[in-house]
Amino acid sequence: MTAAVQTDPAGFDKALFDQWFDERFQHKMEEREANHIPSMTIIATKGTLDMAYPPFILAATAAALGWDVAVFFTFYGLNLLKKDLDLKISPLGNPAMPFKLPTGPQWLRETNLPIPNLLMAGLPGFESIATHFMKQTMQQKGVASIEELRELAVEAGVKLVACQMTVDLFTYEKSDFIPDIHDWVGAASFLPLAQKADVNLFV
Amino acid sequence: MTTAATQTLDARGLNCPLPILRTKKALNTLNPGDTLAVQASDPGSVKDIQAFCQQTGNELVSSNDAGGEYAFLIRKA
Repeated sequence: MTAAVQTDPAGFDKALFDQWFDERFQHKMEEREANHIPSMTIIATKGTLDMAYPPFILAATAAALGWDVAVFFTFYGLNLLKKDLDLKISPLGNPAMPFKLPTGPQWLRETNLPIPNLLMAGLPGFESIATHFMKQTMQQKGVASIEELRELAVEAGVKLVACQMTVDLFTYEKSDFIPDIHDWVGAASFLPLAQKADVNLFV
Repeated sequence: MTTAATQTLDARGLNCPLPILRTKKALNTLNPGDTLAVQASDPGSVKDIQAFCQQTGNELVSSNDAGGEYAFLIRKA
């Protein structure tokens, strides 16, 4: 018969050890939390003016908060990295979009004009008018342009990552894009970044 | 007697997230312990500046609402 294993040597106070361990563990966890730099990855897939705002606003703000941020621009989202931005809003399939005039008396500017979505989407030239009105309203309300937000994001250290597959798919030239692009990669290179991030967003 | 801020930032007329981004940019030019006075008109900036200071470790010394205009004093960490 073998002797029972002695787990508590003489003089060893298990309760005291447990207390020490818990306190030490708590301290180490707090230390780790305090030293942790939050990170965020965003996948930007849309190329309209309205959908260009969320990735740049969130990325630039997170970077200002000291977060480590990377945005992966793929499919139509890649258009947001072009040197010459010609972004438009699309009333088609966007019935929640309010239609308000940027000029005229206050009551008129505050009125949501009841124009049917089908008419907004189908009338030639309506997209350009709506885009013009939206840009004017944004300027009046002190909302940054996409160019400015993009510049601020780059300045704040946001990594702008372009999807190489999209470049090949739409036969773009790399010279069409801003020089601030951090990297041209595929999904396999971006996913490990996303895996480690605290926040992942798909826009 | 109040001490004058090291630097001032006029963010009136700007909307989210510009007040925060401009604040961050202005703080980058200051030394630790310096103060930045920020004026804003965006009501969202009240909570945003608080959250910004909390996240970045800078001290929000004061925050005042003067009828639609907001004044903040931030001490750089």
